[in-house]
This record gives sequence, C-alpha cells and structure tokens, in this order.
Amino acid sequence: MLRISGTSILKRTAVGKLRYYGRRKLEIWDGTVADTAAETARLARALAEAGGQLQKLHDKAAAESGEENAAIFELHQMLLEDDDYLDAIRELITEEKRSAEYAVHTAGERFAKTFAAMADPYMRAREADIRDVSDRVAAILSGAERRAFRLGDKPCLLMAEDLAPSETVQLDKSKLLGFVTRGGSVNSHTAILARTMNIPALVGVEIDPSWDGLPAVIDGEGQALIVDPDPDVLARYRAKHEAEQRELALLQELKGLPNRTLDGHSIEICANIGQGSETQEALRNDAQGIGLFRSEFIYLGKDTAPTEEEQFGVYRRVAEEMQGRRVIIRTLDIGADKQAEYLGLKKEENPALGYRALRICLTKPELFKAQLRAILRAAAFGRVAVMFPMVTSVREVREAKALLEECRRELAAEGTAFGELETGIMIETPAAVMIADDLAREVQFFSIGTNDLTQYTLAIDRQNPELDRFYVPDHPAILRMIRMTAESAHRNGCWVGICGELGANGALTETFLRMGIDELSVVPSAILPLRKRIRGMTLSEQ
Amino acid sequence: MKSFTYTIRDEYGIHGRPAGNLVKAAKAFQSALTIECGERKSDLKKLMALMALCIKQGETVLVTASGPDEDAAIAAIRGYLSENM
Repeated sequence: MLRISGTSILKRTAVGKLRYYGRRKLEIWDGTVADTAAETARLARALAEAGGQLQKLHDKAAAESGEENAAIFELHQMLLEDDDYLDAIRELITEEKRSAEYAVHTAGERFAKTFAAMADPYMRAREADIRDVSDRVAAILSGAERRAFRLGDKPCLLMAEDLAPSETVQLDKSKLLGFVTRGGSVNSHTAILARTMNIPALVGVEIDPSWDGLPAVIDGEGQALIVDPDPDVLARYRAKHEAEQRELALLQELKGLPNRTLDGHSIEICANIGQGSETQEALRNDAQGIGLFRSEFIYLGKDTAPTEEEQFGVYRRVAEEMQGRRVIIRTLDIGADKQAEYLGLKKEENPALGYRALRICLTKPELFKAQLRAILRAAAFGRVAVMFPMVTSVREVREAKALLEECRRELAAEGTAFGELETGIMIETPAAVMIADDLAREVQFFSIGTNDLTQYTLAIDRQNPELDRFYVPDHPAILRMIRMTAESAHRNGCWVGICGELGANGALTETFLRMGIDELSVVPSAILPLRKRIRGMTLSEQ
Repeated sequence: MKSFTYTIRDEYGIHGRPAGNLVKAAKAFQSALTIECGERKSDLKKLMALMALCIKQGETVLVTASGPDEDAAIAAIRGYLSENM
C-alpha cells in the first residue's frame, strides 16, 4: 500500500482500478526539405483539417458537458489563426527549409514556453493549450493517428502525466470515476472538467505508469492517492464513498423544495460569496439569494482604488445572474490587517478595534460614493440591497444614508440609470445590539455578523489559536444578543438575517427558527444540508 | 489615426475566447490596430501577443486605429469591448 499526496480538486472519495493513459510521443523528422512550396501547401491542408477536427470536438463537448467546456476548442481554433504563430511556422519552412511538422512542433514549443514563463497562473495554464493545438497539426502532418483512448468496460480512475482538453473530450464519461495527473493545477482544464463532471481529481501527483491495473483510492479530503490499499483501508474508503453518494442523492432531491418545517415554519436560506465567480455555486446549491456579497476582493491586491465603472461591472453581473433573487452587497469592510496600500492605513495596535470598514468610508466620502454609485447603478439590473458593516451608532447610519441620497441626486441629474435599493446594516458590535431599536428605525433589515459579534462580546481574538478553548460560538451571551436583535428588528418593521458562521450551525437551526430569524446566509455547500434538517423538524413546544 | 481609451470591467480581464473574438473583430478591418496598457503594447490582430499582455480587470487600455477604415474599426472595437469586457 502506497500513499502519495497531491492537490485535490473535489473533497470526495473515489474507489477503482487505475488505468494509465500514455500519450504517444510524435516522431518528428528533423531533416531539410527541397520543395518548400510543397511543404507550405501541406501546412495549409493540415491547418484546415485541424480546424475541422476542432469544430467536431467543440460540438461534441457542447452536447456532453455544456458550452463553457466547449469554449476551449474555439480558443484552439483561434490560436491556429494567430499570425505570429503562423509566421513563425512559415519562416521555418521557407528560410530553414524544415518539414512542416518540424516547423509546427518547434514554433509550438517556443510559444508554449513563453506562456509557461508568465506570472499570471491563468496564462501559464494556457501552455497546455498551445502544445495541444500544435501536436494536433503535427500529428496530422506525420500521419499519426490520434486514436480515442479506450477506457475498458469497467469504470476506472484515469492516471496520466497530463490531460489535454482534446483528450478528455474523447473519453467515455460513464467509465470515469476520477482523474489523477502529475501535471496540471487548479486552473488547468483537468480541474475544470472534474468540477463540471462533479468527480474527484488529484493533480500534482508523482504517478508511476506501472500502477496500471492496480486498485486505488482518491482521498479528496486527505488530498492523497492510495495505491493498492490494504483490505481494511479499502473497506473504510468504500463505506465513505457510499455515504457520500447517498448524501449527494439526497441533496439533489432537495433542490427546489421550500425551507419549511413539518409544522409549516419557513426561513429563507441564502449564500455568502466573496467573488463574483461564486454566484454559479450559489445557484447550483439552490440559494434563494445572496445574503452577503463581500466586496473586499475588488479593493485588494491593487495599486489604486477600484473605479466606479469597474465595481459596477462586477455588481451588475452578479445581479443579472441571480435573476431577480436579492443580492445584498456589503460595503467596504477592510482594516489595517489587509493589503490595500492606496488607502494609506497606518499600522495599528488593534486593527479589529481600529480605523476600518464604515469608519474609513465615512472619512473618505469620494471612495465611499464610488462604491455606492456602482451599487445603485447595478440595482437597475436586478434586485439589489446594500448593507453597511461595523455600525455602532445611529449617526453613522444617517451619514451613510445621506451620502447614498447624494449619489441618487447626482445620478438622476446625470441621467444615469439606477434602481431601488433596500438598505440594511450589519449587527456585529455589542453597541449595535443595545441600540437596535433606534437603528431599526433607520433601515429596512439587519444582518447579524456573528463572527465579529462574538469576538467583540467575548473580548476574544478570533485569530489566536491559544484562545480556542475560550471561544464559545454558541455562548449564551451571543444567543441572547441574537434574540434581542431579532425582537428589536421585528418591533420596528425590519427583517433580520444571520450571515456569520453561526448561521450554518445545524445544532442551532431550531433555536433560530424559534427566535423568528427570517434569513440565514451561509456558504453554498451548507444550504441543502440545512434544508434537509429544517424539513425534518417540528418546532418543539416550549 | 483615431484612438480611444477603455477600462476593463470583466473580472477575468482580457482572456480566452473573448480575447479571440476581439482579435477576430480587429482582423475584419484593413487599418492597423494596436492596443496599449501602460508600457505594454501589441498588435490587436495577434491573439497570442494580446494574451501575453495579461490585461486585467480595472486596467485602462488605449486602442489606436490607423488606415482607410479607421472610424469603423474604432466603433466596432469600442462596441465589442463595452459589451463583452
């Protein structure tokens, strides 16, 4: 039994026999040719044939795994039309009198290396695409057949050095239990395909072709490949795999069903996202909306503040993708502990208690208004709400609302379209809880940020592992604060949600329902498990 | 010679198939077309060169057209960018 580590693409288990897929090396003749015109003509025919092959592959992939996976073949077609690439090939033929296949292979290698050296990981992953395209043309010229690799009768775990898009599209998906590759990254095509097919994959594994035919396990959670497992180990993983499959099936059955207890009590369940690209995951998990869209990613890792236009693009796209389901955008929530040098934040002793979030926004109105304008404009494209973090006083809320109103007036005067905006605040400080009645009269909803609320209430630093035994997330003080907040909200016509981690805590769902919490916003993967719990529940009599 | 600037809104910047379609749109015109981002510059009719610029969300590009159909080219490229990036 061997255990080899790798990087996991899906945190699930796969059990099966390994099958090694070895790409045949092309024999490229490196002599010189006499008739360069004939070589150039051969090249043109091969390019046309390659284009045709790519079109067929595109159509097959689109039919099997959707347009997004098929798009890669369109990109390959476009790479084949790139003038620099074609000029390089033609030059090798006419100047150095090389064969067409040698020219294609050499030019391909050169461009692939350029991409492999780029800083951007997305661009680095494109090295494989350039090689794939070149190999295709070179194979046509060498007369080598790129036969479809047969996986055999029984489903297996496919093991390879790396898998190019054109190779994976040829595979019979019903025979695939998982992928294991030496190369590849979380950006690579293998990873994307594994996620789309929803099967486990490991990349970056030191594979050995001689393992072909051996039983193995992909341990997604442990991020390892176990080759030829001992009987008790195999039995354990088999049981785990079966449990996962049962869970998956059950969750699929829950999609589209309401979050309602057996005795008719409902609660809305939404998703927390930190990037625009996570919207699809929220929808896949049947989120009723986005309860917290963390806007920080737009501000971090940059030299200058993001423009209104840039932010508008991101917010608009999420609003549109959610198709009428509410999207709550939280305004900038950064402090000295994160990297945004252009904000000029000085180092602080206690960043958690410092110049951060709404405090920065109210001190830098131009920065704040850029974000508010972007959110208002996005509201014309979907159902959008705005939420202010780290509120401790009514005055802060009124100042923020005044700036929001200024933005509305300015946009109206410019004739720029904007939409209705539900306004709310995060309740994450003890102060906010204590004055919740006053705050509720200023806004339309509250969302309780239990992570920070717990930190400030229990006077505990979340980041310090030595304090773990003192950090009690379901501390009675916190639960009491949540109840007080809910009561204040409802007394004043506001709805109340929870967007902190506590919302996903299944042991507290019944408590939250009894408190009358209107909405829970959680990580997408927690949505369906919560639904399952709620649908099996009857709120017990007090 | 005509030109315009544009700030990229797409969160993935100029990449993949949209980059390919941008190059396709550029190739339809006779005029020479270039795209610049700060110090980086390339021919807008060359896909690999364009991708190699690694233009990201938030960056502002300067597109220049020079030739008999430069007005149409500018309009088309500007339209494509506004709608797709």
